[in-house]
Amino acid sequence: MKKICLTVIGLYLLFLHAFSQSITIDSTIDFYPQKRIKDTTGSYKVKHLRLDEISIVSSYYTQNGNHSAVTGGIGTEQVTDLSNGIDLKFVSVDKGEHKHTFTTGFGFDHHTSASAAYVNKSGASKTGGTRIYPSIDWTTENEKKGSSFGLGTYYSTEYNYKSFGADIHLSQKTNDKNGEFSAKGQAYFDKVTMILPSELIPAPITIVAPSGTTTITTASGRTTVLSTGGQIVSTTAGKHIPTSPRNTFTASLSYSQIINTKLQLAFLLDAVTQSGYLGLPFHRVYFSNGKDTVENLPSSRFKLPIGIRANYFMGDNIILRSYYRFYTDDWGLSSHTVSLEVAIKITPFFSVSPFYRYYQQTAANYFAPYEAHTANEKYYTSNYSLSAFQSNYFGAGIRVAPPNGVFGWQGLNSLEMRYGHYSQTTDLVSDVISFEFKFK
Amino acid sequence: MKKQLLFKMFTAIFFIALLSSCVHVKEYQKNKLNDSEMALSNRKVEKNELNFQSYREGAAGANGGKTGGGCGCN
Repeated sequence: MKKICLTVIGLYLLFLHAFSQSITIDSTIDFYPQKRIKDTTGSYKVKHLRLDEISIVSSYYTQNGNHSAVTGGIGTEQVTDLSNGIDLKFVSVDKGEHKHTFTTGFGFDHHTSASAAYVNKSGASKTGGTRIYPSIDWTTENEKKGSSFGLGTYYSTEYNYKSFGADIHLSQKTNDKNGEFSAKGQAYFDKVTMILPSELIPAPITIVAPSGTTTITTASGRTTVLSTGGQIVSTTAGKHIPTSPRNTFTASLSYSQIINTKLQLAFLLDAVTQSGYLGLPFHRVYFSNGKDTVENLPSSRFKLPIGIRANYFMGDNIILRSYYRFYTDDWGLSSHTVSLEVAIKITPFFSVSPFYRYYQQTAANYFAPYEAHTANEKYYTSNYSLSAFQSNYFGAGIRVAPPNGVFGWQGLNSLEMRYGHYSQTTDLVSDVISFEFKFK
Repeated sequence: MKKQLLFKMFTAIFFIALLSSCVHVKEYQKNKLNDSEMALSNRKVEKNELNFQSYREGAAGANGGKTGGGCGCN
């Protein structure tokens, strides 16, 4: 773990170091390809693949609450998460004047979760975990036709969950270049490791083979091979916990339109279908008779979120960024989200952006709190993310992007910082602070 | 029920009127629209906020972000 942290910090410092030298040394990396890609007539020339932009995003998230799903809707929800991601964007222009953009990303998160300790009834399970998620995207753009096409792939791994995803996306501008239609198809193929609460792991099954070999397999897949005398001759304990699949397919459509020189809108629609194991195996539910079990949810879900964005440039230095979304799904959950961000340009290169977001949802059909479900129900969960609640999220961001670089450092094109405080009517509260460093 | 129908009709009329009031904006008139703060998408610095919201809330999507993948187990 320490080695991974040191490696990430090392890579991060390496990039900072590389850019700190970009003005004074003759680097092989072209830091200003956009300036060189277009000639004086504005038309594109053939350009080989060059590094165009590096973006580093780091966040620290902390949360507290008292309705953990691991302990059946009661108990601590304390979580901390340190997240780091880096995106490298490469650009080239081919003979047909198509612009190609390759983006490679790498993310690294480390979290601690107090409730995870109670996967084992005694509170002895590990509370920390690491997630690593690389991604690749290729997009080709025909500026004359106003169209683009691209493919992407994504992978995420953590100790109890793996996810592989791929997408295809395209866009087409209207003839007057004032509107744009975009479509995206995404598919995620996930695997949930079936780690059960300790008290719900069934007793081992013992099989005596004709040869006299004895095999013990627990419900979690831990297998031990015994000889007839009961002496262990080989073991795979802890190595073969079974997994369950979870597949997600999404069709995303959007249309953006310029209304006038100061106002533009975007309409967004996603149709999402999920199938497979949609609960989590270590989420407990306590029935009204006091007995506990693992949450049980339907094996399919259809989600339909519809959103609209409207951005308005008010006067010379205020930008209003607004968003509304209506969501509904076939688990009986519906929600409304509204948000407004006011970006105030103190100078052309420095802006402050206070924001507010309100969210409200109804409960899913299968939710009930601690000891409220009855044993004769087919589906049940005490996961409070499926309960009825409202939430408020507010905070502010600052953005610095001076023409001669942040802190006079030419390579560092922009710096953004954002802090937000989130609270739910379930008593869950959280804070998140994020930074983005953009190098060009 | 009647109120909901009226609200939907009002919303539809509002957007039809808004879209029909579009004016053709030429490239050289787009300096304000091209401002990075005017982008009709989430910024990268918001990425982790969207992640935790999608895990702590029942709804997700229609915001240009991810709609699947990842656990949100904790």
